[in-house]
Amino acid sequence: MAVQQDLVTGASIAVASAPMPPPRSEVGAIGWLRHNLFSSWSNGLLTVVALYLIWKLIDGILSWGIIHAVWSGEDGSACRVEGSGACWIFIKAKLGQFIYGRYPEGERWRVNLVFILAGAGLVPLMVPRIRGKAWSAVYTFFIFPVIAFWLLRGSASGPGAGPIDLLGVCLAIAGTVAFALSRSSSARVPPQRLRLAGGVCLVLGYPLLVRWLLSTSGLVDVRPVPTELWGGLLVTLVVASVGITGSFPVGIALALGRRSRMPFVRWASVGFIEFVRGVPLITVLFMASVMLPLFLPAGVSFDKLLRALVGVALFAGAYMAETIRGGLQAIPRGQFEAAQALGLSYAQRMGLIILPQALKLVIPGIVNSFVGLFKDTSLVLIIGLFDVLGIVQLNLTDAKWFANSTAITGYVFAGLVFWVFCFGMSRYSQMIERRLAAGDRR
Amino acid sequence: MAVTGIAARAPRRTPSLLDLLYRPEVRQVLFQIILIIALAALFWMIISNTAANLRRQNIASGFGFWNTTAGFDISQTLIHYTNTSTYGRVFWVGLTNTLLVAAIGIVFATIVGFVMGIARLSTNWLIARLATVYVETIRNIPLLLQLFVWYFAVLKSLPPPRQSLELVGGAVLNLRGLYLPEPLPQPGFEIPLAVLAVGVLTSIGIAVWAKRRQRLTGAQFHTGLAALVLIVLLPAAAYFLAGAPLEFDYPTLRGFNYTGGIVVLPELLALLLGLVIYTGAFIAEIVRAGIQGVPKGQKEAASAIGLSTGQTLRLVVIPQAMRIIIPPLTSNYLNLIKNSSLAVAIAYPDLVSVFAGTVLNQTGQAVEVILITMLVYLSLSLFTSMLMNWFNARMALVER
Repeated sequence: MAVQQDLVTGASIAVASAPMPPPRSEVGAIGWLRHNLFSSWSNGLLTVVALYLIWKLIDGILSWGIIHAVWSGEDGSACRVEGSGACWIFIKAKLGQFIYGRYPEGERWRVNLVFILAGAGLVPLMVPRIRGKAWSAVYTFFIFPVIAFWLLRGSASGPGAGPIDLLGVCLAIAGTVAFALSRSSSARVPPQRLRLAGGVCLVLGYPLLVRWLLSTSGLVDVRPVPTELWGGLLVTLVVASVGITGSFPVGIALALGRRSRMPFVRWASVGFIEFVRGVPLITVLFMASVMLPLFLPAGVSFDKLLRALVGVALFAGAYMAETIRGGLQAIPRGQFEAAQALGLSYAQRMGLIILPQALKLVIPGIVNSFVGLFKDTSLVLIIGLFDVLGIVQLNLTDAKWFANSTAITGYVFAGLVFWVFCFGMSRYSQMIERRLAAGDRR
Repeated sequence: MAVTGIAARAPRRTPSLLDLLYRPEVRQVLFQIILIIALAALFWMIISNTAANLRRQNIASGFGFWNTTAGFDISQTLIHYTNTSTYGRVFWVGLTNTLLVAAIGIVFATIVGFVMGIARLSTNWLIARLATVYVETIRNIPLLLQLFVWYFAVLKSLPPPRQSLELVGGAVLNLRGLYLPEPLPQPGFEIPLAVLAVGVLTSIGIAVWAKRRQRLTGAQFHTGLAALVLIVLLPAAAYFLAGAPLEFDYPTLRGFNYTGGIVVLPELLALLLGLVIYTGAFIAEIVRAGIQGVPKGQKEAASAIGLSTGQTLRLVVIPQAMRIIIPPLTSNYLNLIKNSSLAVAIAYPDLVSVFAGTVLNQTGQAVEVILITMLVYLSLSLFTSMLMNWFNARMALVER
């Protein structure tokens, strides 16, 4: 309010005008500081303590990681100097191992190619703006795994055909025939079904066929690399991605089984889920590595990595089942009944009506399980596989690089790798959550 | 009705066996029978294969190994154990070590979690940010890696015994572990203990009485003050009146090592640090969500009827937040118990490390050892969830 003198009477009158600005101490940087940092004596004290902590933290990180860090040198001798910080040259020298393990150097292009191919599938799948999600999904979940398996594992080159090759040829032929039949109107089976079956056959068959043609003709030479040589980031990503994709169908099946009206199916699912959730992952991995060979008939042996993969997928599947069950329970009964009233079959009801809604509800939970699974991949080192952490730990015993700071440098590197993936996943899920929720906000 | 008329006129087919297959109840029975047969076949195959494999590899089966002499030493034993003890004894040593880590870990993780969870909601911007950084960093790094950092990078780079770090109260920290002064009760220590026991019992009685009286008459009683006098002041007075009958055995440097006091192995220390800090980050998120889950109106209503900030927190916010917090807190306690099995990676002698590790390697009886280990964790999990379910039922909303 402003006050003016009335010219006639001399009395002061109030004139309505813009309100006075708030006091200087309440707005701007000073106001923010007063409200958020120094609102009371105790708060002020806390702020000072926090500032001291932050200063210590930043100072420590900077001086250890940059100022006193060792940036050049050939071996550990440079890092053994008193008072030196992070031994980054250790990471630089061992980076190849940390990414590929003991994968032969001449063959590492295959791993890189798999990383690129995976990116080519995942990027269009994950970026909301890119169209053609169905095709990227078909590529990522059906075509890419076949190619990746072949590239990473390799195969004996030269003419000849194994059972897998024959299967590929048969599938490719069957798929083509099915498509041809779906064109003709005389077929008894509905054309949609034929096209679906043909599509599945083609998607599975063609990569196998191409693989066979390539290796038989000798155009591409991918000699076998046993999984004992795999390691580092490669193993971490293989275990995590197989675990994630494997746990999903296992989890859906178990969750549906747990809510089934058939008592035996329900008991079997509950028993499996509660058993696996009640024991630590280590014991499951021990079981996979020590007991599984005993369970199989004599002469049949599994690859060690494959055994770990089975263990991880089953373990993660039980947790996934509980997450998905939460979503299923949140779907109103009316949805089930409406789907039934439309005359949909069980598979259609679940696949078209219930699961899409239920899964959308539990995306945060699913991603949490994925993050947990990604961190849990580090446990495979206990049964003798070398993931990122395992290979770092292994290289720390290298006498050439013995120094005080080597261990912590290696752990910081491994920690950063895990952190980037896990934090990225949780942030991505928050974004997706917001996008999906946008439809419900009106 | 017209519809029934048409249906009635339709020619009747005799139901064939194939039609029976389309009836849901028949399908359900069939499906379950198939599942039972498949599972039974799987189990039969596993059992017969295992038996054949064990016979072929000359591995004994059964629990005969339980009473065989183990012949190895264990670095930390809470119960009597020598290397002439049996494998059965090894099992109990491992189990007690696991329980020790789990119990201490749960207590400290709860404290860290609640402090950090409340800090995340602090009105102080810096404190809230610091807590967020803690939670987001720790939650996204594998526990195993954190254990390695604590054990191999931090505790293994501590000074040797001669240059030990002297901590407050006569505790000592060095490469060999943490040495704490050990309290030694002298004759006469029973007196303050008895006073303490009486004090605790009386306080419980007073609390029950005060609550009943408040419900009947509305009159309040200073239960907390009475309990403070009964539990802290009286025993303390009794302790000094009895002539302070408690002495401490301080760790002292003899030659190249410390003797006396309680030794906390570096393995145990690393495992506890890792478990507490890791689980604490998860509990912090649960606590934050729980407190944020209490509607704002509850706080406003509480201050409207004249409760102080402390009373609002204690009587209105926390009881309601606890209802949201307890179920996920339970699963985090279970996770901590299961995660304590990572001890095997840093050679802390827990159940997995000594029993599923050393005993399995020595006897080769994988099936029995792994099954026992899994059963132990299963029963630990079941016991903890039962306990927390009971606690949850007590805290749950009593609706009319």
